[in-house]
Amino acid sequence: METIADFEIQYSQFLDPAGKPSADIPELARDTGKLIDMYRHMVQTRVFDTKAINLQRTGKLGTYASCLGHEATHVGLAAAMQKDDVLAPSYREYGAMLYRGVRMSEILLYWGGDERGSDFEGPKHDFPFCVPIATQCLHAAGAAMAFQLRGEARCAVSVNGDGGTSEGAFYEAMNIAGARKLPVVFAVVNNKWAISVPIELQTASKTLAQKAVAAGIPGIQVDGNDVIAVRHWVERALARARNGEGPTLVEAVTYRLSDHTTADDASRYRKKAEVEAAWKLEPLIRLRQYLADIGAWNEKKEKALLQEVAANVDAEVQRYLNMPKQPIEAMFDYMYRDLPEFLEEQRDHAIQYGDSDGGHHG
Amino acid sequence: MRFSTATPMVAIMVEMTLIDAVTTALAWELDHDPRVVVLGEDVGVNGGVFRATAGLQARFGADRVQDTPLAEGMIAGVAIGMAAQGMIPVPEIQFMGFIYPTVDQLISHAGRLRNRTRGRMSCPMVLRAPFGGGIHAPEHHSESTEALFAHMPGIRVVIPSSPARAYGLLLAAIRDPDPVVFLEPKRIYRLNKQNVEDNGKALPLDVCYTLRQGSDITIVTWGAMTFETLKAADQLAKSNISCEVIDLATISPIDYETILESVEKTGRLVIVHEAARSCGVGAEVAAIVAEKGLYDLKAPIRRVTGYDVVMPLFRREMDYMPSVSKIADAVRETLED
Ligand SMILES: Cc1ncc(C[n+]2csc(CCOP(=O)(O)OP(=O)(O)O)c2C)c(N)n1
Ligand SMILES: [Mg+2]
Repeated sequence: METIADFEIQYSQFLDPAGKPSADIPELARDTGKLIDMYRHMVQTRVFDTKAINLQRTGKLGTYASCLGHEATHVGLAAAMQKDDVLAPSYREYGAMLYRGVRMSEILLYWGGDERGSDFEGPKHDFPFCVPIATQCLHAAGAAMAFQLRGEARCAVSVNGDGGTSEGAFYEAMNIAGARKLPVVFAVVNNKWAISVPIELQTASKTLAQKAVAAGIPGIQVDGNDVIAVRHWVERALARARNGEGPTLVEAVTYRLSDHTTADDASRYRKKAEVEAAWKLEPLIRLRQYLADIGAWNEKKEKALLQEVAANVDAEVQRYLNMPKQPIEAMFDYMYRDLPEFLEEQRDHAIQYGDSDGGHHG
Repeated sequence: MRFSTATPMVAIMVEMTLIDAVTTALAWELDHDPRVVVLGEDVGVNGGVFRATAGLQARFGADRVQDTPLAEGMIAGVAIGMAAQGMIPVPEIQFMGFIYPTVDQLISHAGRLRNRTRGRMSCPMVLRAPFGGGIHAPEHHSESTEALFAHMPGIRVVIPSSPARAYGLLLAAIRDPDPVVFLEPKRIYRLNKQNVEDNGKALPLDVCYTLRQGSDITIVTWGAMTFETLKAADQLAKSNISCEVIDLATISPIDYETILESVEKTGRLVIVHEAARSCGVGAEVAAIVAEKGLYDLKAPIRRVTGYDVVMPLFRREMDYMPSVSKIADAVRETLED
């Protein structure tokens, strides 16, 4: 017998939870401007997220999936991307979407039950939120096929969770991407939980990164609470992809500090102690500490940032709250480019009943 | 071997909601038939995202009530494998919006296994899923696509509309020797309570339930829409319009005799469903009446349905749904024809 294949999975972290370098800091992190830019986005994401939960609690937003604790993963992967790359997110990646230019008010509209939330002013070619788990992985692979066929130096990035790695679509996407050397990066956000199902019940696999092995593509595991590690490795993966060397899986290990959504009560299924321990690893503190240690950040700057961010969030919340409902006919008008005749009758019927009918559902 | 009827039982009347009735029926079958296994995403420790399986894992153990990895095609597929080998799996799909990976397994295998093997194998399983709109849920959490499953040969589709029917029909579905898709109208999961006797007694499948007797017009509906329909019937009664309201209950195969008898009496038919209109189950009901009861009709059949659009997100979802006034108007128009 001989070994004809084996594999290794590397783990990477540059900043430890206390903000001390735990490995040689990569090139990108020598650029303090880049670090501050990412820090600002992480803080903005955190403040936005907190506000969104408040809106839900006060009845001004529907069910909302918090991204608390995922800020480094989200911002790091988006910061690694080029503007004309394509993001195929799931439903939680606000940090990444905001970084790429989606408006906070758009995210609120989506969770506020309004389709206009998926009509981004900013990144016109990015895919909208994707709720059916892991289906977006295939869209990213398809987008990458389009870029490859047209000879464009663009890449696609899909994001899915640890739970999502159990779906067939995730494997199917990696498989064709490997077979065709597609310019795509599969970012897997391992936040340890898929609603109430812990990663240990999800898979016997020691890492999610090694799920790349069977597709014949590289996989790496990074500390998802270390924005430098996330950005560095997604940048490397994108450079490879852009260079025609094919896809990569980047597993970012983080933790879902919040309930799954506002409709969930995580205390039913996970221990307080586990969540408390995870708080010690959260991503903002370590970057702030590192920036302070290199003399790039202080109390005053922090205060100013928080004020600025709060003002941005408030303005976007106002924009969201002031947005009147779409007209009833909007549910028909985007079904096809040209409204088929049979739908006109239904459209008229809906308009005829209109808002006046809204309360009579018992 | 079946235990449900053999076990001595103490009949307990319990006030319960529709979702309580689901839990109670599952518990009864887990308790009385060792072949029954509940499986799905978050059904164990968490007791299901709607709490339909709350307490069941604690009571029956993690082998009987299993949290699975996140993959619906897998859930349906392993259920078929288990069923073919003597178990009675009752998988839960968390929301109907995530049921579509099961379609391949259901249409290609569950509905065909008995026929393909000329009866050598069979597939006694019940795939449960909550469905329907009106609960302010996020995208993909509000659709009604029962017609997709009704179109699959060899699959029963059952939709309860009250706590008692949820209890009795779920027991029947689990005891049925063939695969059942059991769709639970989540808008009425907790809408009202009813005294239900937890006595292990099933209700018959493949029959309609007449919820209200009437003489002027027949209204066929199912699921959560029974509520709007009964309200409309109440309203119309004040104008001396007498509606017979029939809950289809088993969406496939359809008990057309009850419907035809009613139409023979009333001469008029309105069909109400939340699902999109075109190729909905309402079209099948209308076709049956056109084929077998046309000469009883005094007026054209009308449908009050969801529109043929993507289910709007919740700010506009109620504008999509059939309402009491849409139903009442359709009844009046049908009576004027
Ligand atoms: C195909 C599908 N099945 C089930 C669901 C319901 N659901 C929503 S999120 C979720 C868990 C997802 O876990 P994971 O992939 O780890 O992502 P996370 O929510 O942790 O970010 C489930 C089961 C869904 N949205 N899509
Ligand atoms: Mg997760």
